[in-house]
Amino acid sequence: MIEIDPLLVRQVIENGKRVDGRSLDSYRDIVIETDVVTSAEGSARVRLGDTVVLAGVKIDVGTPFADTPDEGVLMVGAEFVPLASPDFESGPPREDAIEVARVVDRAIRESKSIDTKKLCITPKEKVWMVYVDVDVLDDHGNLIDATSLAALAALLTAKMPVLNEDGRVDHEKKGTEPLPIKGNPLCTTFVKIGDQIIADPSLSETRAMNARLTVGTFEQDGHVKLCSMQKGGSIGLTLDELEKIIHMAEQKGAELRKLLK
Amino acid sequence: METIIRTDGRKFDETRPILAEVGVLKNADGSAMFKLGNTTAIAGVFGPRKVYPKHEEEAERAILRTRYNMAPFATSERNRPGTNRRSTEISLVTRQALTPLIFLDEFPKTAIDVHIEVLQADASTRCVGINAAVLALADAGVPMKDLVASCSAGKVGDAVVLDIAGKEDTEGELDLPIAYYPKKKHITLLQMDGITDGKEVKEIIKLAVKGCEKIYEEQKRALRNRYKLEGAD
Repeated sequence: MIEIDPLLVRQVIENGKRVDGRSLDSYRDIVIETDVVTSAEGSARVRLGDTVVLAGVKIDVGTPFADTPDEGVLMVGAEFVPLASPDFESGPPREDAIEVARVVDRAIRESKSIDTKKLCITPKEKVWMVYVDVDVLDDHGNLIDATSLAALAALLTAKMPVLNEDGRVDHEKKGTEPLPIKGNPLCTTFVKIGDQIIADPSLSETRAMNARLTVGTFEQDGHVKLCSMQKGGSIGLTLDELEKIIHMAEQKGAELRKLLK
Repeated sequence: METIIRTDGRKFDETRPILAEVGVLKNADGSAMFKLGNTTAIAGVFGPRKVYPKHEEEAERAILRTRYNMAPFATSERNRPGTNRRSTEISLVTRQALTPLIFLDEFPKTAIDVHIEVLQADASTRCVGINAAVLALADAGVPMKDLVASCSAGKVGDAVVLDIAGKEDTEGELDLPIAYYPKKKHITLLQMDGITDGKEVKEIIKLAVKGCEKIYEEQKRALRNRYKLEGAD
């Protein structure tokens, strides 16, 4: 991997340019392939520039949480597997992996795109458990957005499994019913470097950044809505900067959603 | 602004009662307790001190380590002790909320450890934890550029309200906690759960800043109370 000196990255950005030649608000090339894992109920591989992540949806039967007896369960996990970066190690998920998973999870959950009530089989007893697990295969920055795209693409193509007579998932049969999902929530991430705000930070830009903001957006009745936010990084953002990023997120979110149509 | 009746009788832009006390523990180098209504957290700071494990040491600056933890008895249903995904994430965003304030470059090869224990939880536990932590850092004599204050705003039904708590928390539509660094007017923590749009979200953030400004005054008052000189006016 070629490391670019964070000082150089900053210098270039302060002049309104980026080391990889992109404009400040543009994303790297995105390639989305769905149904790439036959053993999963839904799957997607996303390439965001050189960043590669693979999302798989597994759906199983389980018991509901006590406070939501008639709702199914959605859970997003992310694993930074060691083959993806010299900086990743094996072992339990580190805080950065947990953050990626929770930020992506929150955007999907809070947008209410998945009707968890429709995932109920028998109230208080049996519900569908939808697990979205994302493996990061090659880390070249902006894992949140890549994971978010992959998770949504995998959910959109997921098929509900078929239950056999004793109420368990029949792994011999392939389901045909789609997962009850109606929205299209996506995370878009921006970082502040010097006085500039840039979209979709590469790894060298991530290392040079001061502050990060991820905004979850989705479309409802033709309008762009916000459903989640997460600030990262070691310095603060002003109200003006927040407003600017939120505005950029509304536009970029709409752009990314076109790729999923 | 229209009048909104809240479940606990507060105005839309009113926080719950605040209680802050500095220097509540003997062993920690600095400590503080912060209460916002029924949510109570205590924070203890150790350091700057030697770094263990050694490999975490940084040659040119101190490292800041934060641990947010919720006591098993802090919620109506017992919560399983130990770290989980939620507490790991809150520890991370708490560290990022505090980092901009501290002169870490002044203490190379050391660690500053901030431990937050939520004793009683009724919404905004991360905010209350941060409010206690920053007072504990000041109490420990860690040089800082300012204090940060943390507060959340949100939506109950269609109403934008400050410091969501109790029933509003379980039934609320949106929660947006922030941490605010008043001298720089910087937002050092921001999270949001719930549906809104680009226009309304500005209103919510501005209301949260207002709450932080009030908490900031209470924090300064608590520090003055702790370090009041005998006989001085």
